Amino acid sequence: MIQAFAFYLFAALVIASGALTVLARNPVHSVLWLIVAFFNGAGLMVLVGAEFIAMLLVIVYVGAVAVLFLFVVMMLDIDFAELRAGFIRNFPLGIAIAAVLLAELVLGIGAYRAGAIGLGTPMGDAAPLLGESNIENIGALLYGRYLFLFECAGLILLVAMIGAIVLTHRERKSPRAQQNIARQIARNPNEATVNARPEVGRGIEL
Amino acid sequence: MIGIEHYVVVSSILFVLGVLGIFLNRKNIIVILMAIELILLAVNINLVAFSAFLGDLTGQIFAMFVLTVAAAEAAIGLAILVVYYRGRGTIAVDDVNRMKG
Repeated sequence: MIQAFAFYLFAALVIASGALTVLARNPVHSVLWLIVAFFNGAGLMVLVGAEFIAMLLVIVYVGAVAVLFLFVVMMLDIDFAELRAGFIRNFPLGIAIAAVLLAELVLGIGAYRAGAIGLGTPMGDAAPLLGESNIENIGALLYGRYLFLFECAGLILLVAMIGAIVLTHRERKSPRAQQNIARQIARNPNEATVNARPEVGRGIEL
Repeated sequence: MIGIEHYVVVSSILFVLGVLGIFLNRKNIIVILMAIELILLAVNINLVAFSAFLGDLTGQIFAMFVLTVAAAEAAIGLAILVVYYRGRGTIAVDDVNRMKG
């Protein structure tokens, strides 16, 4: 009972915030609604017992991706009203395509309910072990059978990181922030510090 | 009782909303990227729901890989967007025609 209530709450919120994400006038509001959608999507995943993916969703999406979006939206000085000019003109086409897509999905679900499509049967070699938590099961699978794919995921993230840095890196022209590393390393204590004993009342020359 | 169909319906609606968002905000590439994130969220909900109801953890592993690729895609996409904005001073998708593609 409480599970059904929580499901309908999360489902309604995720759909409403998803709709507001694409309909909001201000992109900052869009990002904030996207964050709400991700939180509720994570709630839906917790309900079926996939806690690890749910937490990952909150950390990766809300903590990294949404904040990145927020940075970019706020950093670029863009006239968003001008970008919305085609909104009304595109509305009928968008609704038509969405309706066609939704009709196809409804047909698929209807076929499943009518018995034309059966759910696949899992092979059983990736079944969660009883008595162990979700994260232990996922860890055993991830560091066992999917180790190579896991490494590949790390490689993808590395390439993305290097790519983003290379794309957005700018050489600074101002000499103020220049650092001569060779000179800095070549300094030694003997020439860097001077022991002076000035007479009283007279300054020293540097 | 909540079954697999409920989850499939929710993720279908979310997927359609994401596609609708791409078509409605055809000029604003930031909202297009957000709509793509919504689509990937729908896919993840679907994968996790099937994984849970079929008793097979592979779906959750794949949801994780989808998450990885989505994060990489968002980072690269926004980096390209920033570079483009520096060069042209606008992000309107209609003006992206320098390569005559």
